[in-house]
Amino acid sequence: MLRPGSKLHRRAFWGLSILALPLILGGCDKMVVMNPTGDIAVQQRNLILFSTGVMLLIIVPVMALTIWFAWKYRRGNPNKTYDPDFDHSTTLELIIWTCPLLIIIALSAVTWTSTHLLDPFRPLERIAPGKPVPTNTRPLEVQAIGLDWKWLFIYPDLGIATVNELALPVDQPVHFSITSTDQFNTFYAPTLAGMIYAMPTMKSELHAVLNKTGDSWGYSGNYTGAGYSDMRFKLRGMDKAGFDQWVAGVKAGGALDTATYLQLARPSAKVPVMRFSTVQPGLFDRIVNQCVEPGKPCMVDVMRGDMMRARMKPGKEPPPGAPKPAEPHHEGMNMSALPPLRMPGAPRAAQA
Amino acid sequence: MTDNLTKTVFGRLSLESLPFLHEPILLGTFIVVALLGLGLVGVVTKYKLWGYLWKEWFTSVDHKKIGIMYIILGIVMLLRGFSDALMMRAQQAIAFGDNPGYLPPHHYDQIFTAHGTIMIFFVAIPLIVGIVNFVMPLQIGARDVAFPFLNNLSFWLTVAGAVLVMLSLFVGEFARTGWLSYAPLAGLQYSPDTGVDYYLLSLQMAGVGTTLSAINMVATVIKMRAPGMTMMKMPVFTWTALCSNVLAIAIFPALTAAFFLLLLDRYAGTRFFTNELGGAPMMYWNMVWIWGHPEVYVLVLPAFGIYSEITSTFTGKRLFGYSSMVYATVVITILSYLVWLHHFFTMGAGPTVNSFFGIATMVISIPTGAKIFNWLFTMYRGNIRFELPMMWVVAFMLTFTVGGMTGVLLAIPPADFVLHNSLFLVAHFHNVIIGGVVFALFAGMVYWFPKAFGFKLDDFWGKVAFWGWVIGYWVAWTPIYIVGLMGTTRRVNHFDDPSFQPYFVIAAIGAVIILVGILGFVMSILVGWLKREQHKDVTGDPWEGRTLEWSTASPPPAYNFAFTPVIHDLDAWYDMKSRGYLRPTTGFRPIHMPKNTGAGVILSALALVFGFAMIWYIWWLAALSFAGLFAVAVGHTFNFKRDYTIPAEEVAATEDKRTTLLAQGA
Repeated sequence: MLRPGSKLHRRAFWGLSILALPLILGGCDKMVVMNPTGDIAVQQRNLILFSTGVMLLIIVPVMALTIWFAWKYRRGNPNKTYDPDFDHSTTLELIIWTCPLLIIIALSAVTWTSTHLLDPFRPLERIAPGKPVPTNTRPLEVQAIGLDWKWLFIYPDLGIATVNELALPVDQPVHFSITSTDQFNTFYAPTLAGMIYAMPTMKSELHAVLNKTGDSWGYSGNYTGAGYSDMRFKLRGMDKAGFDQWVAGVKAGGALDTATYLQLARPSAKVPVMRFSTVQPGLFDRIVNQCVEPGKPCMVDVMRGDMMRARMKPGKEPPPGAPKPAEPHHEGMNMSALPPLRMPGAPRAAQA
Repeated sequence: MTDNLTKTVFGRLSLESLPFLHEPILLGTFIVVALLGLGLVGVVTKYKLWGYLWKEWFTSVDHKKIGIMYIILGIVMLLRGFSDALMMRAQQAIAFGDNPGYLPPHHYDQIFTAHGTIMIFFVAIPLIVGIVNFVMPLQIGARDVAFPFLNNLSFWLTVAGAVLVMLSLFVGEFARTGWLSYAPLAGLQYSPDTGVDYYLLSLQMAGVGTTLSAINMVATVIKMRAPGMTMMKMPVFTWTALCSNVLAIAIFPALTAAFFLLLLDRYAGTRFFTNELGGAPMMYWNMVWIWGHPEVYVLVLPAFGIYSEITSTFTGKRLFGYSSMVYATVVITILSYLVWLHHFFTMGAGPTVNSFFGIATMVISIPTGAKIFNWLFTMYRGNIRFELPMMWVVAFMLTFTVGGMTGVLLAIPPADFVLHNSLFLVAHFHNVIIGGVVFALFAGMVYWFPKAFGFKLDDFWGKVAFWGWVIGYWVAWTPIYIVGLMGTTRRVNHFDDPSFQPYFVIAAIGAVIILVGILGFVMSILVGWLKREQHKDVTGDPWEGRTLEWSTASPPPAYNFAFTPVIHDLDAWYDMKSRGYLRPTTGFRPIHMPKNTGAGVILSALALVFGFAMIWYIWWLAALSFAGLFAVAVGHTFNFKRDYTIPAEEVAATEDKRTTLLAQGA
């Protein structure tokens, strides 16, 4: 059977992918999506080629038959059978419904497995074909924040931050936490991995790895207003030494404190690369919870407070299945489960 | 004091709201539009046509005339929507590196929003509704639709929406939010000016029109079929019209509700779709796509119906696999509700949810594939006449299959992660909308034109239109597919990388070729009209048709059929012809018909005033026009003079005239 990794599977894969070859020809190295340098994006590319190949199995004959029938049964052709009452054939009907069905069954199987394997929330198991992630490797944490109209990247473990520049060491798994200040952006570096929405008040995740050094670009893929077209960042793949050197260089820059961040968060376009040597701790979580401004209550606290108040209403017993206040039910929205933030002026009902 | 007074009287409307006063491009457009409008008014006045237009067209409840008016609206708006397309193509062809192009984001963003909005709501929908309106009652042997007045009102509400969108060109500005105006960008906080209000209010009006029209069409198909026409003897086009309108009834309320909540956010300070205070912008995306994806099938199902009718007629054969065609249509109708999430696989739903919606999407390609095979095997052992409508069908089959393939590709979530929001996606949906819907609309207009007017369109210019569209489509969109694979995203007005430029230049050339196609179509109407004596058809059946609409005169009399036909078989007219049907020439009886009314025009005009007043915060006018709307609507219910009878002598005179013509032709 076509088990992933089996010999037959591999042969079928490449055989079918060759059918889709014309897709890669022509653009070659400019076609980032067809020629990526990150393992996730490579697997997504392979999936595109494979499924295109499978579909061409039916598309090409249909197009050929269309042209052939159109030519053969034209009025001017005397050498043809004309049967005005031919409108049913059980055999043909069976073929008509079965062929697309088989193709779709094959593609559905591929869809089910690949969607689970390439789920952006799923930690990586390999950094390249045949190269599993070494044990005890912790992924590099990067927090990506879409601002109007630039990208802010925080490296929490390194304590640094950059604007419109994302440097990654190659062959090192990376875990992105992604959010946005007020618009729906998508975080998209074509050569690295597929895109994922960056949404205000929510946290998305992406696991990816870059396999080659070199510079490339990333964008926001979702329109967000006037400065959107220039909301791009430089993606820089570096070897270990290069990355360490780069980090050291960033450490020489200024600090990203609340005031600097609030200044940065104002709408602006075509922002040049900026580097920050230190970052206010917990900034990402405060951005998700919309409480960077001093005195503004964090959403997670407000929600907890609301839930408490709903429970405490005089004369109203909470329903038996109601969630306990300690477990805010916002997990489904991928919001970060936060320890209560202690902000000056924020209601602290949740901790009562 | 005066400031307050001006604000009360004019709301936020001021001289500043007229951008054409200080922007040369807009001033030029305004002058051209104003001159054209004045010219049109002048011509109509000179030839004293106002009374004729009002009595015979504007107030008409005749489904044929309403259908034709819908089609005229669609073609006029196509010219507007396509000028937007040309402007975008020109911008993207030159804006590289240091060259910012000629459109700043402020304009460019309005243009791509207007393009999408207009092309779907005011081109595709009116053209489809128009063709369904004209053809479907004739195909089922009815004298009019179930609710003739409602039909007239639906049309004029759509016109009111279109007028409001056009108004935004010169008074204030249009939305800069993309064609679905996603929250939170479309919220008051990020889009405080009039653009989104224009968008929402005009689409609410058009949406009410479309919903009412859909109810009307479903009631017509269910209740008004000629005796003997069981469901499984209905022409395929009628089947697809039924399914498409059932779908429309089910989905338009979702869109109306989403827009209404967003309107509340913008006008009443509610927080349904804001980032703060518990708003859920994602809910807006769900609601608009619960409308948005089935909407594609609202458009493409009747298109499939058109292809079916044409294939069967021009191959001179019964349609292959009629019942599997019907089942495929119904299956697509149902499945189309279950796929909306594929528009945002990348929002972080879990892999199981994504797989479900991805596989559901792919499953739709099974009945669609079966349909393609059915057309293919209708051609098999046929005697194909390659007249214009059939040429469109073959072009469709070759173009649409590619669009279907890229669609299935986009339905695979991990593949969608790299293609979502890219130009590959934009190329895909233009591939299916142009290759599927637009080709069908042109095929349908060429096919049924002689039925509506009694003469054929000019063949030479029709071929120019055909080749312009087909070649133009491939030249314009192949490079867009390619740049999509290079990782470019949509709605971008400027690129850094100059290596994309050749592709965008080719795409712009393609758009110009499509322009030739559009102008060719306009010419084919014009030249066809000038040579109408030459292209005249007196038989009423110029294409050797198979369905009932070809059994009556061209153009059909107001009552469609002097005697309601009795149906014994599929392809009723072909069946009648082959059994030696003789047209009755005596024994005519009086015919009971609905009467024209101006209420639809008046209600829509008031709705237009209400919309305009709301957009500009002119509260007194909004209140007044709303009260007017209510009064006229209630007043109309007391109008009991809604019908009249065509006397038997008049029917006899009309039919005798046709008898003479037929005798001359024979």
